[in-house]
Amino acid sequence: MEPLVESFPFTGYVYPNETMIPWTVLIVVYPYLTGLVAGAFTISSLYQVFGFSQLRPVAHFALLVSLSCMVIVPVPLLLHLGRPERAFNAMITPHTTSAFAIFSYAAAFYVILLVLETWFVFRPYIVQTASMEEGPFRWVYRFATLGSNDLSENALNYDRKWLFALAIIGIPGAHGLHGYVGFVFGSLKSREWWSSDLMPAIFLFSAIISGTALVIVLYVLSCKLRRTKVDLPCLKVMAYSLWGFMMFTLLLEGVEFASLVYRGREGIDVIMSFVKGPLLVPFFILQFGLGSVLPLLVITFLVWRGMPGRALVPAITCSACLVLLAVLMMRYNVVIGGQEIAKTGKGLLAYQPPIFGREGLLAAGCVLVLPFILLSILVRFLPPWPEADAVLARRAP
Amino acid sequence: MQIGGRPIAARKRMNDQEKLEHGQRERRDFLNCLGSALACSVTASIAGTVGSGADARPAEAATTDASPKPAIPGYDWGQHQWAFGVDADKCIGCLRCVEACKKENNVPLDAHHFRTWVERYVTLEGEEKARIDSQADPVNIAASGSEGEYRFADRYRGEKVEQAFFVPKLCNHCTHPACVQVCPTGATYKTEDGVVVIDHAYCIGCQYCVQACPYGARYFNEHKGVTDKCTWCYHRITKGLPPACVEVCPVGARIFGDRNDKQSAISQFIQNNRVSVLRPETGNAPNVFYVGINKDVS
Repeated sequence: MEPLVESFPFTGYVYPNETMIPWTVLIVVYPYLTGLVAGAFTISSLYQVFGFSQLRPVAHFALLVSLSCMVIVPVPLLLHLGRPERAFNAMITPHTTSAFAIFSYAAAFYVILLVLETWFVFRPYIVQTASMEEGPFRWVYRFATLGSNDLSENALNYDRKWLFALAIIGIPGAHGLHGYVGFVFGSLKSREWWSSDLMPAIFLFSAIISGTALVIVLYVLSCKLRRTKVDLPCLKVMAYSLWGFMMFTLLLEGVEFASLVYRGREGIDVIMSFVKGPLLVPFFILQFGLGSVLPLLVITFLVWRGMPGRALVPAITCSACLVLLAVLMMRYNVVIGGQEIAKTGKGLLAYQPPIFGREGLLAAGCVLVLPFILLSILVRFLPPWPEADAVLARRAP
Repeated sequence: MQIGGRPIAARKRMNDQEKLEHGQRERRDFLNCLGSALACSVTASIAGTVGSGADARPAEAATTDASPKPAIPGYDWGQHQWAFGVDADKCIGCLRCVEACKKENNVPLDAHHFRTWVERYVTLEGEEKARIDSQADPVNIAASGSEGEYRFADRYRGEKVEQAFFVPKLCNHCTHPACVQVCPTGATYKTEDGVVVIDHAYCIGCQYCVQACPYGARYFNEHKGVTDKCTWCYHRITKGLPPACVEVCPVGARIFGDRNDKQSAISQFIQNNRVSVLRPETGNAPNVFYVGINKDVS
């Protein structure tokens, strides 16, 4: 049986109760998933609201990515709670001064919004499939039409209006949700590593780049699996978006770190010894060097050369993979790093994530995989690819 | 036929028109009222949110006059304002307070869960910063032989000590507690008599309060799945008894009492000493008052 109490070694002086790390890898996964939601939704909205027609091949797919991640977002939180059966207490009697109390409402609202938008996007497909599909799934599609079988031009125009409105609401919704996650950390005055006004903005921009990177990787992967050609103009627009938002993210992270060092408040000695010591590899090498600067240089080179050549797809995909790693490391360095610096300002803890157990790496890894399992099911029921419409048109009597 | 100079048909048309306009006016009025009500509620909620953020006194919202009083016979929480004093000059680091607290409040008997603890500050000759440890330090646990027994090891024998003192620590029961502010369910709240308590039957165990407390006073009880901390032995003080740590302290280093009573030990302690609080810059306004500590203590 796993030990109930997992304490961690420390150097210097830490408060006795601090030898337990309250928020573990599951709380690293939580902001990572919400970030992917916001980022994927941004790609979808660039098409739905801002008319980036080049993004048509991934717009609906990005929406499904966003939905798959959002449905799983509460899972790491529920797993982490000491009394998960009481989770609804936060909804029944929300404490209005708590940043956390808003989460359940914001998450529920956002899931509903994503489900609604997905339904409107795929309504024509659902209606057509319901009339053509044979076997048990026909009933699933018939139920999914919700009795709305009208596919006249008038009805489709009505759908488009709803889609536009939902996407307009969804943009501040998704970004507000993630900015709020940054606020959960940034508003705590007890931890110098977290206590920053820039934290919501950093979380938000890193969210957008992680979601964009995920859509790039999954889109290229799906093209390989479907044996279709990658739509290069679409990939280029996503690469440009990634590049632009990465500039903002790096700038904000740099300003935040610089002001932390420049302010030099009490405990800065410990923070600097932490940054130069245990954080050297995860922060400077993995997050900053390998995950941020290298992909930025690669994409900058591609932009400079006008995105030429056969290496375009692998170069952008590899850069996107590195960005995904960087944002995961950023979440880890913020959530875990903040707790490794003792509140005393006079000591450091060394967190070693356990492999097994409820708060272990294996559990966190399983939670991270769940959205992709859900996505693989969703894309079979609701194919988001442009060619799906053509297939449907051919099958139509 | 004309009545009052108007044809009946015209009058009827007029009535219909008036009814229609009246109906429209009523709907307009209703919608206006609804709009105003919505605007008011949105403004109020925004003002509440903004106010709670900017004012930095959100915890007061948790304790309203409507708070139900506890059903404790012979106790009126509106009559008391409890506070705690620590005289570090008197503390001898015997750790009887830690032991009493653990027994009184069923605190897990290990080195990671404490409602109260004692810190030792030792400045050696030639050193600028104090060396700090508590009874939970591995060296001190090795000296006591068990995590459930508490002793400070004689680790500075032979060293030239310039200054040394002990500082008992516990929850500060702040006037503006950050832990209460962040609790998503309101399971932790401040009572009318100034004590921050936790409703263990309502806590969801998210540990946001553990993060928010700048003093490290809260811990997570893995067996119960909820957060726990010092309550100044609320079950005792509401019956007229002192907290367990205060009762067992052999040197009177811990002082407890009612600030509403000007002759109480705590009122006298605050009045007769130049007391300080820990981390005043947080704005939490602690209610544990210290005497005999130096700049190293936070």
